[in-house]
Amino acid sequence: MKGKLLKILVSISFLFFSTSVFAAGKLNLYNWADYTPEDLIEKFEKETGISVTVDTYDSNETLLAKLQAGGGSTGYDLAVPSQHFVEIMIKEGLIEKVDGIKDMSNYKYVAEQFQGPSFDPNQDYSTPWQMGSASWAYRADSYSGNGSSMMEFFKPSDEVCGKVAVFKSPEEVVNMAHLALGSSFCSEDPNEMQAVMDLLIEQKKCVAVYSSEGINERLMSGEVIMHAHWDGYSQVGKWEGVDDLTYAYPKEGVVGWFDSLVMPKGAKNVEEAKAFMNFVMHPENMAMLSNFAAYANAIPESSKYLSDDMKNATNIQVPDGIPVKFGQACNKESQALIDKVWTKLMQ
Amino acid sequence: MNIQGENKTQNRILSLLPLWIVIGIFMIGPLLVMAVVSLMESNVYGGVHFKFSLSGYRQILFDTNLFDEIEFNPAYLIIIARSFMLALAATFLSLLIGFPAAYFISRQSDRVKNILIFLVTIPFWTNLLIRTFAWIIILGKGGVIESSFNFFGLLDEESSLNLMYTNSAILIGLVYSYLPLMVLPIYASMEKMDLRLLEAATDLYSNRIELIRKIILPLSMPGIIGGSILVFVPCLGAFIAPDLLGGGKKLLLGSLIQFQFSYARNWPFGAAMAMFLLALVILVLIFNARLNRKHREYANQK
Repeated sequence: MKGKLLKILVSISFLFFSTSVFAAGKLNLYNWADYTPEDLIEKFEKETGISVTVDTYDSNETLLAKLQAGGGSTGYDLAVPSQHFVEIMIKEGLIEKVDGIKDMSNYKYVAEQFQGPSFDPNQDYSTPWQMGSASWAYRADSYSGNGSSMMEFFKPSDEVCGKVAVFKSPEEVVNMAHLALGSSFCSEDPNEMQAVMDLLIEQKKCVAVYSSEGINERLMSGEVIMHAHWDGYSQVGKWEGVDDLTYAYPKEGVVGWFDSLVMPKGAKNVEEAKAFMNFVMHPENMAMLSNFAAYANAIPESSKYLSDDMKNATNIQVPDGIPVKFGQACNKESQALIDKVWTKLMQ
Repeated sequence: MNIQGENKTQNRILSLLPLWIVIGIFMIGPLLVMAVVSLMESNVYGGVHFKFSLSGYRQILFDTNLFDEIEFNPAYLIIIARSFMLALAATFLSLLIGFPAAYFISRQSDRVKNILIFLVTIPFWTNLLIRTFAWIIILGKGGVIESSFNFFGLLDEESSLNLMYTNSAILIGLVYSYLPLMVLPIYASMEKMDLRLLEAATDLYSNRIELIRKIILPLSMPGIIGGSILVFVPCLGAFIAPDLLGGGKKLLLGSLIQFQFSYARNWPFGAAMAMFLLALVILVLIFNARLNRKHREYANQK
């Protein structure tokens, strides 16, 4: 009995010993699924000796709920929310101020228009990750439309009715409906929201599934022909074999987003997190991100390191004259309306 | 003698203490947190304001319309009713399949019995999520079922059976997931059954239907009730199968609660819903206890 206990203690102490020898530090990154290139993490670990653990989530809302519930003890050192959620997290005191982002050696590479963005004007909290848009994509081999109007998605023709799929979360779907109807995001006008609801209920008759996961697989099998999608992810789908997958840039516009690295409250490995923030802003590393997830970024010089595939990625090139409208943090009133619309839709 | 007796009680209380602590911390604790959250005011970006409010519970039945008047809102009741119907249907189907299966297993030789029971429990070795994903591959377009139809020329390449994203797909998923929980308790009560009763009944010219109705069914009743509860309760709160196989087109209790904590950011309402679900489950359990008692009285009378 005693011998067994001793063995256990010895092996536990070995565990501590080994981690302290091999790693100069640790970093816990909480990121969207399919969004963190492995080679980038390996490169960072090699350069700094910091060992990185990556954990994933599926939506801004999940991340927010986790930070709210964790109350400063989530154990994560970095997370990657979109622009409006950075704003919410600052307001709710869920993320740490990071000293000296502007003095980081790679900050100079950030394009001027993305320095001090509206959600973080003094660059106190965040550094850029990737950016892109939400709209919908279709298989051009089975659909005769050309994706020029949002209404093709919300009022599907007989050709695709029953083979349409929509995101599972209300936020982007409601925003896309706003674009289609010409009303503004986070509307507090009950009449406008009524119109949004009518549109979504009408669309539901043709919807096969509401899901934000396995989008490319569903399109590849032909289960659906039209799917709410993200620009970069649809490009990845194209690379992976859905050759005719075309991302729609409707004349009404697309819903834009801009993801940033932020440090959740109570982060333990502050220096390691800052090292990672700086590391990612280097053009070569930023290009690795884009080459992997196929999204655009805020570091112009990274274009030198982009793969040929990425340079020719048609789904992520925004055509001239197509507006990109960024999602906003809605207030309580408009959030309540969005919830009502979604509950009614799913009732 | 007396002192010894006291010591025994003391010992029993002391030895059960760890159990009570574990139950207290890991079961009652979280439930209390939920109960408290359900009585707070919601914060627009998630979390709660520490202010007493019954709005979470009120929202289950009532809603404010555009003119700020309070009106009855059936939306959530519809969702609750749907969950109930689905859980009932899944329980009924599991019973329909599970009862004969359990009977069949209990009639085998000991060796075969053990192997069959072992096979019944095998699915539990794999995560529920993965097993449900497997059904997507089976039911989906170009999946196992469709491609075998194709192979035998019953279906041409272009058309589809449209098995996925339907209520039947949800039902298949639920029944598949929880069937073992129906088979095992029924099997347990059939195992104990005195076979001589069946022989006696046949000797007295009872036919097969009477045999099942008058002997097998009453004697395996405890197992049937137990199995039905074990299937019904998790089905009531299920959200993996409805989400993955049903296409997430209609909310159920489980997905409604999840929705409140993530997208809708209305924790008090989500917590109130969870307490409501808990109350439903407790009601079902009370009903079950009464059924069991009645059954025991009935058995004693005989």
